[in-house]
Amino acid sequence: MRVSPDSAAIGVEGLWKIFGPKAAKVLACDDRFLEPAALREKTGCTAAVRDVSFDVRPGEVFVVMGLSGSGKSTLVRCLTRLVEPTAGRVVIGGEDVGAATPARLRELRRHHVSMVFQHFGLLPHRRVIDNVAYGLEVQGRPRAERHARAAEILSLVGLDGHADAFPDQLSGGMQQRVGLARALAVDPQVMLFDEPFSALDPLIRRDMQAEVIRLHREVGKTMVFITHDLSEALKLGERIAIMRAGSIVQLGTPEELVGAPADDYVADFVRDVPRSHVLSLRWISRPPEPGEPLDGPELPASTVIKDAIAAASESSRPIRVVDGDELVGVVDRVDLLTFLSGQDTGDTVTAA
Amino acid sequence: MSSTAVSTPSGLRVPGWLAPAGVAVLFAAAYLVFRGTGTLPHDSEAPQFAAVTELREWIDDHRNDNPVFLYFLNYVRLFVGGVYGLFHGALTALGWPGLIGVMGALAWLAGGWRIALPAVAGFCSFGVLGLWESSVETLALVAAAVLLSLAIGVPLGIWAGLSRRAHRAVTPVLDVMQIMPTFAYLAPLALFFHIGAPAGTIATMIYAIPPAIRITALAVQQVSPTAVEASASLGATRAQTLVKVHLPLARSTMALAVNQTIMMALSMVVIANLINAPGLGSDIILGLSRAQVGIMLPAGVAIVVMAMVLDRMTVSVARRGPHSRIGRAGLAGAGALAAAGVTLGLVLPHEWPEALTVDLVAEINDAVLWAETSWYGVTTFIKDTTSYLLLNPLESLFTTAPWWLVAAAVLLAAWRVSGVRPALTALGCLLAIALLGTWEHAMRTMTTVAVAVSVTLVIGLLLGVAAARSARWSAVQRPVLDAAQTMPAFVYLLPALALFGTTRFTAIFASIVYAVPPVVRLVEEGIRNVPGTVVEAAASAGSTPGQLLWKVQLPMARRAILLAANQGIVMTLAMVVVGGLVGAGALGYDVVLGFSQRTDFGMGFIAGVATVLLGVMLDRITQGADRRPSPHQRKVT
Repeated sequence: MRVSPDSAAIGVEGLWKIFGPKAAKVLACDDRFLEPAALREKTGCTAAVRDVSFDVRPGEVFVVMGLSGSGKSTLVRCLTRLVEPTAGRVVIGGEDVGAATPARLRELRRHHVSMVFQHFGLLPHRRVIDNVAYGLEVQGRPRAERHARAAEILSLVGLDGHADAFPDQLSGGMQQRVGLARALAVDPQVMLFDEPFSALDPLIRRDMQAEVIRLHREVGKTMVFITHDLSEALKLGERIAIMRAGSIVQLGTPEELVGAPADDYVADFVRDVPRSHVLSLRWISRPPEPGEPLDGPELPASTVIKDAIAAASESSRPIRVVDGDELVGVVDRVDLLTFLSGQDTGDTVTAA
Repeated sequence: MSSTAVSTPSGLRVPGWLAPAGVAVLFAAAYLVFRGTGTLPHDSEAPQFAAVTELREWIDDHRNDNPVFLYFLNYVRLFVGGVYGLFHGALTALGWPGLIGVMGALAWLAGGWRIALPAVAGFCSFGVLGLWESSVETLALVAAAVLLSLAIGVPLGIWAGLSRRAHRAVTPVLDVMQIMPTFAYLAPLALFFHIGAPAGTIATMIYAIPPAIRITALAVQQVSPTAVEASASLGATRAQTLVKVHLPLARSTMALAVNQTIMMALSMVVIANLINAPGLGSDIILGLSRAQVGIMLPAGVAIVVMAMVLDRMTVSVARRGPHSRIGRAGLAGAGALAAAGVTLGLVLPHEWPEALTVDLVAEINDAVLWAETSWYGVTTFIKDTTSYLLLNPLESLFTTAPWWLVAAAVLLAAWRVSGVRPALTALGCLLAIALLGTWEHAMRTMTTVAVAVSVTLVIGLLLGVAAARSARWSAVQRPVLDAAQTMPAFVYLLPALALFGTTRFTAIFASIVYAVPPVVRLVEEGIRNVPGTVVEAAASAGSTPGQLLWKVQLPMARRAILLAANQGIVMTLAMVVVGGLVGAGALGYDVVLGFSQRTDFGMGFIAGVATVLLGVMLDRITQGADRRPSPHQRKVT
């Protein structure tokens, strides 16, 4: 599972962020292991991020998921030191962020990592095109060049014709497209998303999620995506880290989280997820019983269960689940129905 | 006041009112026993006063050979005087058509022809009233003071907005500057900067800088943190973020800072006339000291007109959207107006034509005389009733009580309302007043303030509650309050003087009129800010409107109401002291006397200091209100 730090786009190791006047002192002693409430009571400090480590592979969409107050927004800000971490190591593109001088850090923010914010953070006094070009402007690029680039990005995010509008003339979804374009304009290797769609209404949110998936396919950036919405996490994330009270409680693919929750907290989280939409055939395939016909339709093991229903309804024979050329097992109609009927409650299997 | 909000928790055996009542009885008994002893009567020959008078003589003798003056203060004076001279020269050089044209053009740029038209008409009225030259002087003084105030205040404000530490360092200084009654600066300034335009400009600056700093800091703090973070996340330097994000986003609030600075400056320039600052103030002060409304009314009108024109100009800049641009038509209109004015200014004589002025002094004086005689019955009745029923008994209570009893009462009251530290500060101020030899006059001033504040609070609460409960009443009242707050303070003395002549009561009346608007506003806001869901919940439980008011809205608006009381006290004190000009007596009169009589300079100076101490004391007694949580919350934490 862990990638070696050199090949990772982002490497985080033992990251801590403690807010409060005595942060360093708290970190030095055993107080850091206290529960958040107890810690606040005792020292007046808040541990927002507690000993977090993970690696993000190049080109991956890495989702950090947690409820509000779980420290996920602080975590993402620590990556580029918008919030100064108390301890730990962050490596982006092979460079130690913690050791970077202010000038070097600015370089990193200008060219390598950009961020999309929950509340957009657009500048109301600037036209859309100047908002998008802001990153290039602070780099000192000439006006004509940055406008040409901004126009290009605007059409990439579907905002053709809005270049001269002001942000407050656009809808929330369009404003966030501007935020997205601003982050894309500097052509970063890594994009950080801090709950970018939480402030949008559900339909727009779905559009924007599709937009991110499309952009990821087209421009292939490494993305770190913060969200409190599990369905968003499952939809976008290749791997998901679930945070609670500053720590990562489980890190894995959507399938691993839904199929094998690490603890009750995660299990509680994923309980309402329609498992047939997330789990693949691999989870329910079984060895063929003697005498079972093996000439049914063939599907790869990574097929999501709900997509196997069509094949099962067309043929009464068991589905052959394969990984490449190798037969992993079979799934018949009864297996599917048993699984589907049990999924709402997650663990209770009713008589089928 | 507090009885509406503070309900003592039940469960104690002794009823909550018993302790305060017992203390009150104790104080009453002590007063009856010790009355007349331990009083500190006023002595205008007190050695403290003489010492300050001598100090002034010494400074006047050594103004040109002492190094502090020679190398520092005199240069400041020269510089400020130079700035004033520059403005005055430029404005005079434009001539009246030029100045009107240029102001009209600026107004046009600020808010279109709707602002430009009143601006042109307003500036014409200065000439019509026969006050063109003094108006130009006042405008130049205001311009110089505002420019310098902003030059100091805006950078400081930005710094305080960006750095929490700077904010914490600046705030207490501003607090003290803002509760200082305007009169109090004048004597020290006269001491250090002599009298005349430079000293007047500096006095005006001291008064006008605090809002410049405060509002600028607020403007910078209000900038969306996400926008700032987004800028940082793209690798902007701090300077880039300041210039490209903070300042543009803070612009409209900063226009309000300019607005407030101008308004404060306008109300101060008149008072600055006491130290011989030029301008419209001289007519007003003359009228006030002679009780001649006819002399001061035109000048008062001119000041109010100037305030309204400048207010509308700056407010319309503040109200502009974040990305509005001035259209081509606006530029053309403004340009044409300015060009026409300047060209006419070159052709026409510089003086406002005599034929276009209207002299109203005699008519106004007649009208005032008529009002005085025909309403004599009513005004005298109000005046006498208040004097005999309220003012005189209270005054004799304060002046005949032993000083230590008053000190104990102040200490206890401040302790109860605001806590230990404010209580000790209040006590310190009171003792300093005693040591300075201004005890008796301070007590008299306090009487006037107490009466004015009580009336102000009653009126303010009634109007505030009415406005909070009826949108229609609020809509009627709002423009009146807005207008009242743009008017320079002493303008309120005018109608008071016309109605009541030169008495203590005039000052009380004026200070009530002066302090009621902000009190009403704070009360209304406080009640309106009670969360809608709470009100809804109470209403759905079947509360009558009265129950809703007494049990929900007033208790929850407690902090706003106490803040209103605090504001009311500070404003009333400032006005009561200015009332010294119209017969309010006590400290205010001492201050005025100090300016007019060289031999009484010391007394005036010390009376000024005493007003500051009195102000700080009254502020400390009430200030805890807006910082401290309600008593119930205090129990929990």
